[in-house]
Amino acid sequence: MEKWYLMTAAVLLGLTVRWTVSLNSYSGAGKPPMFGDYEAQRHWQEITFNLPIKQWYFNSSDNNLQYWGLDYPPLTAYHSFLCAYVAKFINPDWIALHSSRGYESQAHKLFMRATVLIADLLIYIPAVVLYCCCLKEISTKKKIATALCILLYPGLILIDYGHFQYNSVSLGFALWGILGVSYDWDLLGSLAFCLAINYKQMELYHSLPFFCFLLGKCFKKGLKGKGLVLLIKLACTVVASFILCWLPFFTEREQTLQVLRRLFPVDRGLFEDKVANIWCSFSVFFKIRDILPHHIQIMISFCFTFLSLLPACIKLTLHPSPKGFRFTLVSCALSFFLFSFQVHEKSILLVSLPVCLVLSEIPFMSTWFLLVSTFSMLPLLLKDELLMPSVVTVMAFFIACATSFSIFEKTSEEELQLKCFSTSVRKYFTCFTFLPRIIQHLFLMSVITMILLTTMTVTLDPPQKLPDLFAVLVCFVSCLHFLFFLVYFTIIIMWDSKTGRSQKKIS
Amino acid sequence: MAAFGIATGGSNWFSALALGVTLLKCLLIPTYHSTDFEVHRNWLAITHSLPISQWYYEATSEWTLDYPPFFAWFEYALSHVAKYFDQEMLNVRNLNYSSSRTLLFQRFSVIFTDALFVYAVHECCKCIDGKKAGKELTEKPKFILSALLLWNFGLLIVDHIHFQYNGFLSGLMLLSIARFFQKRHMEGAFLFAVLLHFKHIYLYVAPAYGVYLLRSYCFTANKQDGSIRWNSFSFVRLISLGLIVFLVSALSLGPFLALNQLPQVFSRLFPFKRGLCHAYWAPNFWALYSAFDKVLSVIGLELKLLDPNKIPKASMTSGLVQQFQHTVLPSVTPLATFICTLIAMLPSVFCLWCKPQGPRGFLRCLILCALSSFMFGWHVHEKAILLAVLPMSLLSVGKAVDASIFLILTTTGHYSLFPLLFTAPEKKSLFLIGWKLSTSLAWDLWKSSVNLYSLSPPGT
Repeated sequence: MEKWYLMTAAVLLGLTVRWTVSLNSYSGAGKPPMFGDYEAQRHWQEITFNLPIKQWYFNSSDNNLQYWGLDYPPLTAYHSFLCAYVAKFINPDWIALHSSRGYESQAHKLFMRATVLIADLLIYIPAVVLYCCCLKEISTKKKIATALCILLYPGLILIDYGHFQYNSVSLGFALWGILGVSYDWDLLGSLAFCLAINYKQMELYHSLPFFCFLLGKCFKKGLKGKGLVLLIKLACTVVASFILCWLPFFTEREQTLQVLRRLFPVDRGLFEDKVANIWCSFSVFFKIRDILPHHIQIMISFCFTFLSLLPACIKLTLHPSPKGFRFTLVSCALSFFLFSFQVHEKSILLVSLPVCLVLSEIPFMSTWFLLVSTFSMLPLLLKDELLMPSVVTVMAFFIACATSFSIFEKTSEEELQLKCFSTSVRKYFTCFTFLPRIIQHLFLMSVITMILLTTMTVTLDPPQKLPDLFAVLVCFVSCLHFLFFLVYFTIIIMWDSKTGRSQKKIS
Repeated sequence: MAAFGIATGGSNWFSALALGVTLLKCLLIPTYHSTDFEVHRNWLAITHSLPISQWYYEATSEWTLDYPPFFAWFEYALSHVAKYFDQEMLNVRNLNYSSSRTLLFQRFSVIFTDALFVYAVHECCKCIDGKKAGKELTEKPKFILSALLLWNFGLLIVDHIHFQYNGFLSGLMLLSIARFFQKRHMEGAFLFAVLLHFKHIYLYVAPAYGVYLLRSYCFTANKQDGSIRWNSFSFVRLISLGLIVFLVSALSLGPFLALNQLPQVFSRLFPFKRGLCHAYWAPNFWALYSAFDKVLSVIGLELKLLDPNKIPKASMTSGLVQQFQHTVLPSVTPLATFICTLIAMLPSVFCLWCKPQGPRGFLRCLILCALSSFMFGWHVHEKAILLAVLPMSLLSVGKAVDASIFLILTTTGHYSLFPLLFTAPEKKSLFLIGWKLSTSLAWDLWKSSVNLYSLSPPGT
């Protein structure tokens, strides 16, 4: 493409921001005995390198599952094994069985941060660049601006390079999957997405839209001819990729069951810690966790999740389109986040990825959502002493979006893709013309609230009777935002009729 | 909402660039800092806790005050803000004190004072003629110049990682250059005089200023063919310039003259005992000279032409800052370097005198003076390359030839700053990334200027 050097500059800027954030502290730094996610990843390298595969997911004297037992699918384990292999050449003390517990040093931190950067560089960043290059109907400059904004998204940078995780791998694979499936490379796309699921089981949040979209494609091609062939091919690809990843664990039934038990800890409860979803916010008023029995909780969560995402998924199956696919990804993942079981605050990244993808289509709302998603993780970021990088990256992201897309000029009904919806409502309420203004005022209020809450959390001490006051407030406010966004994105999907597309053809 | 929209809208790219780089500087706060950090903390302590008469005599720490008095006053002003961050850093005895609050204060003071640099860049952009540019933002000379200066990678790593205050000092220099372009010579002269008393390294470019002001400002008109018209000499202008320099110097050195401390101050400012090359070699002529000397001595020892006992123990490559002698080639004295520098500067200064080409000619002479002093000066730091790189950015947006030279200069100049970040490999990676950023930007500049200016006549 022309102006490749500008794209290179954008990528380099993204890399620079990532690397400077990685200079800060990580999860559980200097906090024995359990430390944090950083120690968990180091521990998995230790386990996968020193123990045979059969013992990775089992409790034993060498592998105490209470101390950061493996609870991600096999691909994470293989990745840890690969990192451990490299670590052995540099310094075997880092992964020595038992004696390396709680190992912390500058050199080790450099190594771990480097593994994140390399994984990001190999998987996530190329996917983002390719996605932006393939965007249709926008200028080259806008493509590069989109790439820059996606790469500057603070949530992913702070979690992967600050807190310490490998979300860029699973999100990167998912993005390759989205790319493949959107541009009719269905088999490769499904393969990539299967890899994503096998890296982190939370990617199942994205699985329904993939399934519906591909099913819809098969229906469109006709189930009696090419459609059936495609369906069979897809099924084979999925099965083959799963078998390939789980091969060592398919040898015994007990192995498979144990891995599944580790991946889906159903006896853990509706939610853990403070997270910006419905159940946690609801429990502020009504202690749902204590009152309702366990299986009822699961049932309610299941029902709400599927009720909220069903309309969008049905529409996607009946009218498969890449645009509908992207928006359905957003609403599905958001439904799962809000209503599902055992959700962690970091799972918001699964919603942020599809929202990043629609950044060029609805810049104002996407930017707003991405800011809120970072804000919702505030308690976690403060615990890891990442206040300064958080504030700086959020401001940088906001400035990048505001200058690239002129978001404040794009708040008309048409820009917000609410034209069809507003026209329908105006059939009943003719005075419904104030939607853009409401949304602008809401945005202003939202930003002020977020800044206020952040300042309060940082400067004030909570009252003694309510030590989690600020964390709960943050979660509650974020949850309200997310509900609003769920409604918004569902409206876009449901009212995105063919008339909308034909209008574009006429103009 | 609309006003907010305009403020952050796409048309205000300068604010976006300035804000963006400021945020990057904030992200660089936890990076490695060199002994210069302790140097400045010590100066904060000295100026805050001790009376003026002690400033240039204090030697508890090895990092004694060796900048001119205005910088000492600057540190004094900063120390009054510092006491709200951490009182302990202002204690002279607290050597190598670096609490997190001290770090935060020092880093923020650099970021804050860079505001002057941003203002100077803004003024420089006004001096650029952008009419020939295309509609693309990235091809506008003003945009390219702002990006090259605001995001200058050398400045980022020297100021915000290694730790120094070159930002606002370079801002002063760029502002004085901009004032010359805007024909406000008195202001320009004043700014340069002030700058000299902040950091005397700018003496490197003083000949350019002196000759230009004398030739193009004191002589108010030229003859038809551009040569000097002796009867247009304006004594008033000469005297007013002299008055400015005198007043500024009086303000700066006056107190020390009254205390009879001038020799002490000068010995601190010009420490010729420090040696020909800095601990980390600046890539100048003397580095090549010394390397050649070393090679010859090794060959000489191998071929038994030299007596091992007669070779002095201290060598150039030991990384020590001290005086020593060369083994094979003649030893270099400060006077020799001074003469070499003068000879190197002579052609450009001569051109500036005989054929003045307005502010652009002055800028060229300034860059050449800076480069000559860098190449042949005594005890040059590698950071001094910034004195040439920054003004060169201004020239490079004008002509394609300059842009090509700039590409080479900026690439090698920034590459030569590598040793400043020698601690952990992580910093090297950061450097590599940023260096690639700056070179890709310069490449973009070269390409667009080649496209735009390839048809322009030479010699404009």
